[in-house]
Amino acid sequence: MTNLGPLIPRNREIHPVAYDPDYKTSVARSPRLPLISMESTPGEETGPRFGHGLIGPLDNNLILNWTGGKAPAVGERVLMHGRVLDENARPVPNTLIEIWQANAGGRYRHKKDGYLAPLDPNFGGCGRTITDENGYYEFLTVRPGAYPWPNRGNDWRPMHIHVSIFGNSFGQRLISQMYFEGDPLIDRCPIAATIKDRGQLESLVAPLDINRSRPLDFLAYKFDIVLRGRRQTMFENKLEGM
Amino acid sequence: MVQKLEALVETPSQTAGPYVHIGLMPTYAGNPGYYDQEVGTSPIAAGAKGEIIEISGEVFDGTGWALRDALLESWQADAAGKFAGQEGADPAVSGHCRFAADAVSGEFTLRTVKPGAVPARGGKMQAPHICLWIVARGINIGLQTRIYFDDEDNSADPVLARIEQKPRIDTLIARKVGDGKYRFDIRLQGDGETVFFDM
Repeated sequence: MTNLGPLIPRNREIHPVAYDPDYKTSVARSPRLPLISMESTPGEETGPRFGHGLIGPLDNNLILNWTGGKAPAVGERVLMHGRVLDENARPVPNTLIEIWQANAGGRYRHKKDGYLAPLDPNFGGCGRTITDENGYYEFLTVRPGAYPWPNRGNDWRPMHIHVSIFGNSFGQRLISQMYFEGDPLIDRCPIAATIKDRGQLESLVAPLDINRSRPLDFLAYKFDIVLRGRRQTMFENKLEGM
Repeated sequence: MVQKLEALVETPSQTAGPYVHIGLMPTYAGNPGYYDQEVGTSPIAAGAKGEIIEISGEVFDGTGWALRDALLESWQADAAGKFAGQEGADPAVSGHCRFAADAVSGEFTLRTVKPGAVPARGGKMQAPHICLWIVARGINIGLQTRIYFDDEDNSADPVLARIEQKPRIDTLIARKVGDGKYRFDIRLQGDGETVFFDM
């Protein structure tokens, strides 16, 4: 593996703040002291690679993968698709994307979720795929429901799908959430509001992509993901004394 | 008008939330058998060269309470300081692990091989370390930190040298507590707050 060069430093202004009193759990879980910044090292510039052999045939089909194809999940059938690019607009091929979500009623299949909306016996809520050579990925799923959470007196999460991406180096590691165009709960959500730049929050909202929708089958939403890029190193590998 | 920059902006982070395990550790979440093979279950396979060690610890919040829902990932070199994929790297070391704080006790354990020293850019050697990334409910962007070892010489490490307040270096050093066993506690906030990086 060649050294791919130093990572472009993160622009922390586009990311959420660590401490936000409206998202109450962040109050005791946010560092008080500044991050120590420095140029990336091989530990950040390399990262785990996952082969296509890891992925089973239904891993990116959340409608069918919980039952192994025996019975489909209940809900609005949705294709989530897009490309993974880096900041230099280069595709990120062969990288692992994992998603998880609640069912159509807003209930997670997790031992700690006791929300009164029922589980769907045919829905697990977990998927993964590896981007193709052009950085493209897709998932077939049902649209998750909004759900209440104990934060302020009456907070509800907008419909969202959690996304985890590796890129090709550990310093690119990213977890985020995809929201759906037109959901009025986005503007009321304290977690979405941890992103202080409204324009950046918009980049987490997937537009309806009617052209990719399949008639009489599913609607599509497009969610492109951008990871940290690498600095060009043409003039950086100078000999000592030059 | 000046030329346009063709740079894109990184996708903003969001918290992994309380149910991160569904997506990343299905068995832990109570959904075993979801995948034939889960990601990052062990950073080493049988036959890995070097000293096999166990690092245990807890992730404490600002009140001193250990998180029961934290998820951690580690990334490291093999015993010779080579990362998976590099020429001559130990094929039995994937170097990547995903592990969780116990839902009852809050304790985590990472069983791995002790990494060798890795050069920084410019050839300066770094002391042996494991890169760590922590996500959880209430953490809006994953926290990057490192595990060093108290039985290694950390005095010339270029990353530790960036830390102005020398007592804070101790927050990154795992303590040997037994044969092949280390303790590494992470404090998100307050007294003894762990050093987190932006690299």
